[in-house]
Amino acid sequence: MPLFISHSEDTASRKLDGEMLVASFRTSTLFSLNEMATFIWELADGQTPLDEIVDRICREYDVDRETALQDATDLADKLARNGILERSESAFPTQKGGTSA
Amino acid sequence: MTLAGTPIERIVIEIGRTAVLLRTSDHKLAKMLLDRYNGFVTPAENVAAEFEIESHDGGPISSEQEVSVRWKNDQWIIERGDFRVRWSPRRRAGTIRQAASPFATDSALRIVHSLVLASEGGFLLHAASAIRNGRAFLFAGASGAGKTTISSLAPSDVVLLSDEISYIRREGNTYRAYGTPFTGELGRNGENVSAPVEKLFFLVQASSNGEACVGRSEAVGKLLKNILFFSIETSLIERMFKTAVDFASCVPAKNLLFSPEPAIWNLIA
Repeated sequence: MPLFISHSEDTASRKLDGEMLVASFRTSTLFSLNEMATFIWELADGQTPLDEIVDRICREYDVDRETALQDATDLADKLARNGILERSESAFPTQKGGTSA
Repeated sequence: MTLAGTPIERIVIEIGRTAVLLRTSDHKLAKMLLDRYNGFVTPAENVAAEFEIESHDGGPISSEQEVSVRWKNDQWIIERGDFRVRWSPRRRAGTIRQAASPFATDSALRIVHSLVLASEGGFLLHAASAIRNGRAFLFAGASGAGKTTISSLAPSDVVLLSDEISYIRREGNTYRAYGTPFTGELGRNGENVSAPVEKLFFLVQASSNGEACVGRSEAVGKLLKNILFFSIETSLIERMFKTAVDFASCVPAKNLLFSPEPAIWNLIA
């Protein structure tokens, strides 16, 4: 079953010094994502399956696919628990998700 | 209660290049406002907003205990127990119904300025600020962090802009700090001057003086905690987040470890 991920609507994100800062307006919390998490966040457009994101991680970084998939899945779970990422087994409607610049 | 038919006093208060006209027939309140905003009252005609003040000596104006800022029917409604503001930015006009005290006016003006600044990429910051050698330094921190203390320790070559609330305006790719009449325990209006912002310090009380680096991402988080912002409108909150990132991208930030002694100012230059 494919998995799609998308920024939650009540978030905004900006990249600073290679790190993605994600503000949650719902919880008034600021998250700072590391390089790998930033890479995944930038591809979390609701249209790209997580499997494809993992393929791109493997091409970009020196990491085996099994590890990359586990890390990406764990990260998606964690960000979803914090309310800044949403997961779905089908693609999200376009235009969904928080803003980034 | 104001009296119909009495002459109207006009007072223009200009802070951070934003002039606000206040009109009231309460002469006692007008005199208190002239004293309160000494140094910031101008004859400017071109104002960003004008308000009719209706003052009351009686009970609460609003049932809201905390500040409430809402956008409704093309106007801001700002209220707390001792005041209620209705302000249409499009018409640049509004009303302030308030207790007959300059404190209520002060709170209303802070919020109005925070909203004006938010739309222009600026902000009010819980920070003391001062100019030295033509550059502005900001000292941010919550109540008790030492904003008034560091202000009171400033040597004579330092021009104080505020010991409590700093006024930051974006100018191109730089930021400029302006003096404000928004005072803390020092109880003295800042000088009505401005300078480009050189550095942002987060105050940390310590047993000795020194500086410690703050990463830009960390600076954004600390900055957001100190920005005065009252609206719950998502679009404005989002804008404030972007403003904080932009500011942290171009103004260096450090922790300033300080003990309450004048030597702390040796680090500020």
